[in-house]
Amino acid sequence: MSFVKIPTPDKLIAIRYEPPETSWMDTPTVFRPGTWSYSGAAKNLTALDMPNPRAWQPSDEDWKLPENWQQIILEGMRERLEKYRSFKLFMDICVRCGACADKCHFYIGSGDPKNMPVLRAELLRSVYRRYFTESGKRFGRLAGARDLTVDVLKEWFYYFYQCTECRRCSVFCPYGIDQAEITMMGRELLNLVGCNINWVIEPAANCFRTGNHLGIQPGGIKDMLEFIADDIEDRTGVRVEVPLNKKGAEILFVAPSGDYFADPGTYTCMGYLMLFHEIGLNYTFSTYASEGGNFGLFTSHEMAKRLNAKIYAEAKRLGVKWILGGECGHMWRLLHQYMDTMNGPADFLAEPVSPITGTRFENARSTKMVHIAEFSADLIRKGKLKLNPARNDALRVTFHDSCNPARGMGLFEEPRYIIRHACNHFHEMAEDTIREKTLCCGSGAGLGNDENMEMRMRGGMPRAMAVRQVKEKHGVNRLACICAIDRATLPPLMEYWVPGVTVSGVHELLANALVMTGEKDRTTDLRGQSLEGKTVDETL
Amino acid sequence: MPQIELAGKTYDVDEDGFLQELDKWNEEFAQAYANTEGIEGQLTEEHWKLIHYLRNYFQQFGIAPMIRKVCKDNGMDLKKLYELFPTGPAKGACKLAGLSKPTGCV
Repeated sequence: MSFVKIPTPDKLIAIRYEPPETSWMDTPTVFRPGTWSYSGAAKNLTALDMPNPRAWQPSDEDWKLPENWQQIILEGMRERLEKYRSFKLFMDICVRCGACADKCHFYIGSGDPKNMPVLRAELLRSVYRRYFTESGKRFGRLAGARDLTVDVLKEWFYYFYQCTECRRCSVFCPYGIDQAEITMMGRELLNLVGCNINWVIEPAANCFRTGNHLGIQPGGIKDMLEFIADDIEDRTGVRVEVPLNKKGAEILFVAPSGDYFADPGTYTCMGYLMLFHEIGLNYTFSTYASEGGNFGLFTSHEMAKRLNAKIYAEAKRLGVKWILGGECGHMWRLLHQYMDTMNGPADFLAEPVSPITGTRFENARSTKMVHIAEFSADLIRKGKLKLNPARNDALRVTFHDSCNPARGMGLFEEPRYIIRHACNHFHEMAEDTIREKTLCCGSGAGLGNDENMEMRMRGGMPRAMAVRQVKEKHGVNRLACICAIDRATLPPLMEYWVPGVTVSGVHELLANALVMTGEKDRTTDLRGQSLEGKTVDETL
Repeated sequence: MPQIELAGKTYDVDEDGFLQELDKWNEEFAQAYANTEGIEGQLTEEHWKLIHYLRNYFQQFGIAPMIRKVCKDNGMDLKKLYELFPTGPAKGACKLAGLSKPTGCV
């Protein structure tokens, strides 16, 4: 009942890549402390009307499954094979070429062959073959098929909660098999019998109750944003307004709730408020649509849809023209690829046009939702912002392409464009570790909890090594990203593998450089560090 | 659900030892728990000030305050917080104050 102690980096890096002697079907799954997440608490399952709420842990022998659990899973599989063509396709088409095998950060960091994407998918495919294909029904193991047993279910749980749905492997797959969708299906099936993790289910339950993952109530959101506005005034001498639930605003702004609450996300939030104030944007936050993130995505399609619905609903209630979204990662996979068909069409909204530059965001014609990096990059390009990049001169910056905005929507250039205009020192990491080949933080898709810390440090190791390389080569001391999970989980990763590198959102960097009308002589950055990089504010 | 026994009473906690119900908290809980969180002897006035501050905020807003707000409102820097609560503001102070653990992108 205390936080598991994890091995030191020199021990952790001694990874064995030799596969076990036994065949994968005969190699048992061991739930080693530090490599799995706590079960979803019964109260959260109940809040979401999800099946089989009970007290249990993955380390227990008895998982207290429903009596007919096997039937439930197989029926669930049949339903999904009919409903999702992609799932059926991905179950059938893999030729085991192995291109994906060494592309997964969890495999690189653990050496466990079941973390090879091909084998992770095979955990599900083997059961698919046994019950849904002729060859599997007739020839069993010879055809790569196996029975669905409790041990198989436990294996699914262990490995589908060791995948961050980052989709790096899919970039290298000649068939374009989307491993994230396979993991999503695996997790959906597990959810049918009440096997899920609390770091996913509690945020989802909170979101259902209050509109955001942290469970912040409207008064709390107001208090936090006002505090952030106070801090902005301390740093800049400028008082910014915090518009909340403002009917008739032109734009609804939706950010991840981590940005209101937890450092260093709060500095990114300062950045949003400063930028919107400076350009005089007519916008509003919402205390209901108070979360861009959606941990329903890590639960099931239905849950994702249910939690996402508030964004369009609130846009309609407030009567805004269109929606602007903050620096969140997985939110953009959902907004960009699912929202339109899940809860759209949002035909009551207008095609987004920047009120400052007149730029029409044609790419968001259908969803009516624009990424803040696109919005801000456009402001810079049209010369609407006065920037003094020298204010970031204490920083040597590199950029971590957050998985979902990168691979889920192809957002590569805009964040870089902002950083290059806001900072004088920007250094890219190695080519194979950025843009569409970006390496995951190792803690996404609900895995960013403390009990799973060893696996997080393993999964994040490849990303950390790429950061270490630019630290050694260029003296990089700041890792920028556009995702709230990154901002929460990269700091401990850096502390473990690359001490001396801090983490921030891109809009924190932009706001450091932003010259505001009526500002006082700015002697510190948003964190209260003197512009030469020395700490001056002792309360931080 | 895991339980913990402190000063002769049993409390429901989560897997990391965070109290599940805010109103089950009492000062004996905090004092008895302090010794397992790296605090020796009796809790001082500064400890209590912070514990009560955290509880008041949680009661009002349903969530722990931002760490920067804790510092600013109490005139303490982060270093001072760690001196008082060696396991940190979230894992130490909030735990002794009987608050539940925040989850999500934190």
